[in-house]
Amino acid sequence: MISEILSVLLVGCGLFLFASGTLGLLRLPDFYCRMHATGKCDTLGALLALTGLAVYHGFSLVSLKIIFIVIFIFLANPTATHAIGRAALVNGVQPWTKEGGPASPKFAPEGETK
Amino acid sequence: MNDFFLVSSLILGFLVLLCLYRGIRGPGFLNRIVAINVIGTKTVVILALMGFIVQRIDMFVDTSLAYALLNFIGTLAAAKYLERKGAI
Repeated sequence: MISEILSVLLVGCGLFLFASGTLGLLRLPDFYCRMHATGKCDTLGALLALTGLAVYHGFSLVSLKIIFIVIFIFLANPTATHAIGRAALVNGVQPWTKEGGPASPKFAPEGETK
Repeated sequence: MNDFFLVSSLILGFLVLLCLYRGIRGPGFLNRIVAINVIGTKTVVILALMGFIVQRIDMFVDTSLAYALLNFIGTLAAAKYLERKGAI
């Protein structure tokens, strides 16, 4: 009974984080902003939801494997996000600003020193 | 408890459809790669929920683990491919 309540709570929190990450992916204005929303929300959402499933199943080999998936996602998802972000930075993708100008002198167009 | 898992996986499937909008529309390669990465993470959770729904979690958890590995490797390969000046 306790494990079922805990599992429902954890999976529900994971679903909420997945929903907020999807909202960020759809609504935010820029590639970097979208990556910022999904990189964190998806990692924590998958962590909470899979931990809830492991708690529901109890102590066994299957829940150990689920915990392995959790640890792997916790390490791998930020790494993948970082790799995509660095690819964008190397290619010179401009960050979005409210005024429409360059975000910092590093991103200023060539020939314009400010 | 089975109904809760079913409703959860339906909600996640709806969120995958919403992410697919960004994967199809989203301007440029990079937005699409981010959307596909998000969809892959959601798919791992959906697979685990499916295992609990059809009472075969001992089989589905291996599929889920393999999917997590493939998602990470695919995203990393795409990012490494794009990590040159003028690739986009």
